[in-house]
Amino acid sequence: MSTKLLLKHDHISNLNLIEVYKQQGGYSSAEKAIKTLSAEAIVEEVKKSGLRGRGGAGFPTGMKWSFLAKPAGVPRYLVCNADESEPGTFKDRYLMERNPHLLIEGMICSSFALGANTSYIYIRGEYFYIVPILEKAIEEARASGLLGKNILGTDYNLEIYVQVGAGAYICGEETALLESLEGKRGNPRMKPPFPAVAGLWGCPTVVNNVETIASVVSIIENGGDEYAKLGVGKSTGTKLISASGHINKPGVYEVELGKVSVEEFVTSDEYCGGVWKGRKLKAVVAGGSSVPILPTALIYYTSDGKPRMISYESLGEGGFFTGTMLGSGGFIVMDETVNIAENLYTFNRFYHHESCGQCSPCREGTGWMEKITHSIINGHGKRSDIDLLLDLQSKIDGKTICPLGEAAAWPVASAIRHFRADFEKLIG
Amino acid sequence: MEVKFNETALKTANQIISRYPEGKQKSALIPLLHLAQAEFDGWLSVGVMDYVASLLVIQPIEVYEVASFYSMFNLKPVGKCLIEVCHTSSCWLRGAEDLIKHLEDKLKIKAGETTADGKFTLKRVECLGSCGTAPLMQVGAQYYENLNIDKVDAIIETLDKSGKRPTYFDKVDLESHK
Repeated sequence: MSTKLLLKHDHISNLNLIEVYKQQGGYSSAEKAIKTLSAEAIVEEVKKSGLRGRGGAGFPTGMKWSFLAKPAGVPRYLVCNADESEPGTFKDRYLMERNPHLLIEGMICSSFALGANTSYIYIRGEYFYIVPILEKAIEEARASGLLGKNILGTDYNLEIYVQVGAGAYICGEETALLESLEGKRGNPRMKPPFPAVAGLWGCPTVVNNVETIASVVSIIENGGDEYAKLGVGKSTGTKLISASGHINKPGVYEVELGKVSVEEFVTSDEYCGGVWKGRKLKAVVAGGSSVPILPTALIYYTSDGKPRMISYESLGEGGFFTGTMLGSGGFIVMDETVNIAENLYTFNRFYHHESCGQCSPCREGTGWMEKITHSIINGHGKRSDIDLLLDLQSKIDGKTICPLGEAAAWPVASAIRHFRADFEKLIG
Repeated sequence: MEVKFNETALKTANQIISRYPEGKQKSALIPLLHLAQAEFDGWLSVGVMDYVASLLVIQPIEVYEVASFYSMFNLKPVGKCLIEVCHTSSCWLRGAEDLIKHLEDKLKIKAGETTADGKFTLKRVECLGSCGTAPLMQVGAQYYENLNIDKVDAIIETLDKSGKRPTYFDKVDLESHK
């Protein structure tokens, strides 16, 4: 049984109510942060914790925070990225719906550490029903003196607002999110400048994922060193994994990084409970639709025969030839009946639909990849189409303003690398 | 007909606008378009978009370019119930196509169309973030999860009987998610 931090109190009913949340020790980290710690000390603890961004990129959170510019007289902002849209990922939704106060407490601690007096939670439009859940938690926190002016009798002031999106995967990219928050189309910005220097309305801004911000609560509670004791190597702490597809027990599971093997995660009753209908495993997309898909042999064991563990390093071992990425932790399982080219079509259609259209390699390339896979899965493909797809994806990868290009290219490259026979079977 | 929010909606709109610093009222655009879509029959006509532009003191084109970017905004009339069915990987793996086919047969329309009586519009959508409870569909704010044909039939029947137009602002039964 691995340690739980984010879902520790998940079994308790009515955890969304502040009195229940407080009974479990809730808001003691916010109080500790604001009353006894300096902003610099909190940033230091987050650095020591080794926490890495849980949205998918895995960038060290403490380092991101330390880049924040602090010009005098200019407001700074914390924006929580709750635009969870990576296919296969539903952990932030789970957390916000069941334990909204954990996010609000994390927002208070993080905003204080960054010197932000106004913070926003940008949530994808489809999660509209979660807005009142978050707003109720905000009101309860305000009534307890944890938000508003002079929080807990100190001179710290903070307002948190929930901003709703309207259906655009691209707004999970932090600069597209900021554009959207400013009331514009979600077109990613050229970087630099990075949001830490010029973010929301041109002011220094930190954008962090829901799970990242929620993780700050236990870092403050027990200290960065204690957090870093969990996990293995540079994969510290715990991670929420969204498990879906052909398994007996789909759901959100919290694992201590580096302590649970992929095989155990798939087969154990504590997690996925095995592949459904007594079938065999064919493939796993381990970190959300963008990361390379791997066949059973390579997702269970690295190419040199070590058991593959759920951590940034172990999943990444072997690079893109024999490895993959932890990504957002969107764990999609496919049984032996799936033709991987057919699954790839759903990804290609997705990325074409979600491309913002700003960069031509992505705008045009995703459309062509969708069309070619559509023709292959409908029996109109040619042998040469497989290499054409490979050529196309290589002309998107690395040639766009934001990482949506790579996100669209990698699934194509990996599906063909590991499952070329599935394409050939459809072409005949 | 003049497009105008009623008193309650106008109050909500002003509350939303007040969340942003002075001069940054354009940030209220997406929340206001959602409000307008819910208030004015589930879609955004040019007249509605122009009205939202006037509330925010911005050019109409700034509203059109945003409304046309985001998939949740309807720029054409839709049926009373907009049924949004996810068809991306995890839902596809667990039978989304069978579900869509069943809905097409039942409603006698193709995805993307509206029934002749104007009651239902069927729309395919990309990942709704409910992969662990796939397949699913969204109607207004409500997610209907772990669907099968029988469940879908019962839901359509209930929606058909209800005289209300579902919106994203509806209160949601969270028990159904457990």
